[in-house]
Amino acid sequence: MGAALRSWLFTTDHKRVGILYLIGSLAAFAIAGIMAMLMRIELTAIGPDLTDNPQQYNVWLYFHGAAMILGFQIPALTGFLANYCVPLMIGARDVAFPRLNALSVWLFWAGILLALATFVIPDPPDVMWTGYPPYATRTWGNTAFYSFTVLLLGFSSILGGVNFLTTVFYMRAPGMGWNKLNIFVWSIVVAFIIQLIFVPVLGTAVTMLLFDKYLGTTFFDPANGGDVLIYQNLFWFYSHPAVYVILLPFLGITYEIVATFARNRVFNYKMVVYGGFGGVLLLAGEVWVHHLYTAGLPDWLRVGQMVTTLLISVPVGLLMIGLVGTLYRGSIEYRTPMLYALGVIFFFLIGGLTGIPNAIASLDLHLQDTYFIPGHFHYVMAVAGTFAIFGAVYYLFPKMTGRMYHESTGKLGFWLTFIGMNLVFMPMMMAGIEGMPRRYYDYAQFPQVEGLQQLMTFGAFVILAGSLVTLWNWVQGALRGAPAPANPWGSRSLEWTAAPSPPPPGNFPQPPRLGPEWSPYAYGERA
Amino acid sequence: MHESLRRLAPVLLLPAPAAALAGGEGIPDPAAGWDRLWDEMLVDITLIGVVFAAVTAWFMWRFRRRHPDEEGCPPRLGTGAAVGWAVVPAFVFMADDFFLAAKGWELWQQYRTVPEGALEVRLDSAMWSWTYTYPNGAVTVNELRVPAGRPVLLRMTSRDVVHSHFIPDFRVKEDSMPGRITYLWFYPKRPGEHVVACAEYCGLLHSRMAGKVIVMEPEAFAAWYRAAGRRADAAARDEGEV
Ligand code: HEM
Ligand SMILES: [Cu+2]
Ligand SMILES: [Cu+2]
Repeated sequence: MGAALRSWLFTTDHKRVGILYLIGSLAAFAIAGIMAMLMRIELTAIGPDLTDNPQQYNVWLYFHGAAMILGFQIPALTGFLANYCVPLMIGARDVAFPRLNALSVWLFWAGILLALATFVIPDPPDVMWTGYPPYATRTWGNTAFYSFTVLLLGFSSILGGVNFLTTVFYMRAPGMGWNKLNIFVWSIVVAFIIQLIFVPVLGTAVTMLLFDKYLGTTFFDPANGGDVLIYQNLFWFYSHPAVYVILLPFLGITYEIVATFARNRVFNYKMVVYGGFGGVLLLAGEVWVHHLYTAGLPDWLRVGQMVTTLLISVPVGLLMIGLVGTLYRGSIEYRTPMLYALGVIFFFLIGGLTGIPNAIASLDLHLQDTYFIPGHFHYVMAVAGTFAIFGAVYYLFPKMTGRMYHESTGKLGFWLTFIGMNLVFMPMMMAGIEGMPRRYYDYAQFPQVEGLQQLMTFGAFVILAGSLVTLWNWVQGALRGAPAPANPWGSRSLEWTAAPSPPPPGNFPQPPRLGPEWSPYAYGERA
Repeated sequence: MHESLRRLAPVLLLPAPAAALAGGEGIPDPAAGWDRLWDEMLVDITLIGVVFAAVTAWFMWRFRRRHPDEEGCPPRLGTGAAVGWAVVPAFVFMADDFFLAAKGWELWQQYRTVPEGALEVRLDSAMWSWTYTYPNGAVTVNELRVPAGRPVLLRMTSRDVVHSHFIPDFRVKEDSMPGRITYLWFYPKRPGEHVVACAEYCGLLHSRMAGKVIVMEPEAFAAWYRAAGRRADAAARDEGEV
């Protein structure tokens, strides 16, 4: 037992590192999800329901937002999925720097534990995941926990970036040209380029916050020559690109699932990679001001970034066309992972289109910081991303565990969460149009949204039921599922064709050999 | 800074022309513009959404797997088709983007161009209340009284953290923060009451930082305004004597 535990904790095998990331990020999802349930119960009726202390609500919300983004989605996508899939997909024995990889997963766990300390320290942070000063420097809450959590996870992510870019650049199997990479591998490359460029900016911002609060500097204090908007600009200069660090890998893995279950070539590969991913990379750093449309910045900046923000619809639209185009003349089988992938398309479509009113600066003067915003970004990122991650866990389940999950239980979990998500986040947008602001412990001024709030709470319980079914299915499947073959889906990609389930350390019994005709999507040759 | 604001205010107020009070011909109403643009935008995105969803649903049905070992037979795109499939949609999306941006900008200009003759009120936000100071020195808390038929301009700053003065019925908000002065304006046309909410997280009582815009008949407002001004003068004199 002890030896087995040690072999996991001190592992340098990318697959085990990946699974350590998966466990940590699912734990973060579970705890942040419990916070969401508490918030939803509190909001069910006007007036205090669960607690009469608004501070308590604020701490739940802080933890929910920070943990879902920094502890769940980014690590699940760029930690778990990148680790598990990239070396297998490119035909490498491991990542370039396995020990650095182990270090980054330890840092990630340290970050998670630090975030969890929120629940035991006397004055937990209440600064929301955005941490705006001067509130963050004036509050009794412990802003240092926020800053250090961000710094640890950011550092871990930088190590991951160095590692994965090196791996993809130098360790592809002989014969695997750039235009033969899996779409998911591309998405990880672009996501980590974005991380490497922008994480240091976030690190700077939260470090300045730390200095202001604890060491008496006045970067953000106008009474002493500082400026409150510097922080907001720095923060979003990172955090808008950060949504692409989530978006690209979750679309990338969705492409893999769709291609596999449609047994089809990815539609217009180069358009997807260069137009879609490349376009997003180009625009990522020029749109942050759409988070500051009401912050009194100069008009030319707000209007200018309205145009750049709207232009994001171009690469994102191409990515959608590629995804839907991959269904065209495919042969689609509706297994659980595929249902989740189609769910991603559905949520991302609604989320993307409801981003357009936010992008239009004048419409945003009403919508900014209302419930419309969390409604929109849950659709486009939180829910779409979660569905991609859940779909990916199902997709890789036979590979990771060597066993099959239970199909109809999987579908039941899918439908419950799918319905529940819509019951929560559609009303959330409607409450925002009514004018209810976000981050509200109570809403006595907006009695007209109480019915919507009740619907949302009901929906949250449906999601909870769906998540429990899913979790149960995973645990059952891992313990006593039927043994899985090496390639249960009939995929053409290396992780399925060249490695057993689960792959041994070193991954491939024989180094994969790729003919000139090889492609991870070489379907239809014998149609 | 605050002093200069105070000095400026009467200048803006004095020429407050009878025309503006009488009904404001030719003054655009951003809130109405918002509702119009919202509807147009909704048509736009619904159309795109329905087309995408319909195509996807059709593919999902048409290309479902019929035999277990069936595979897709994807079209092989030539260079021309591949480039076309990227460039044509890109231009379609871009056209829609510029169309929406132009509309958005037009409305933006209305939101940011304060009409002449607006009633200028200074707002100081603080955890957790709104303090309004009128040109004649009258001060109210959490209650912005304004006359119907005259645009209102708020010049805003904050005494502590960032807040955001949001009037949902007038479809407008703008942050108020220490060390900077921001503004917003709106156009109340009929007497009535409207909710004011704080839209930027500001701690414990963020959700309770509520106020009201009370739009009054112009005569009633004038009477209230004179009386409130006299009270403010008296209070200032008292303070001077102490
Ligand atoms: C699974 C079901 C989920 C439910 C029921 C839920 C519910 C909520 C609720 C009620 C709020 C607070 C709204 C407010 O008071 O302003 C919120 C905020 C938020 N949620 Fe979720 N959420 C869920 C999943 C997620 C996921 C997967 C993410 C991942 C990114 C996420 C990210 C956020 C963020 C970033 C905020 C904003 C926090 C802030 O305002 O600082 N949520 N969510
Ligand atoms: Cu953004
Ligand atoms: Cu507030």
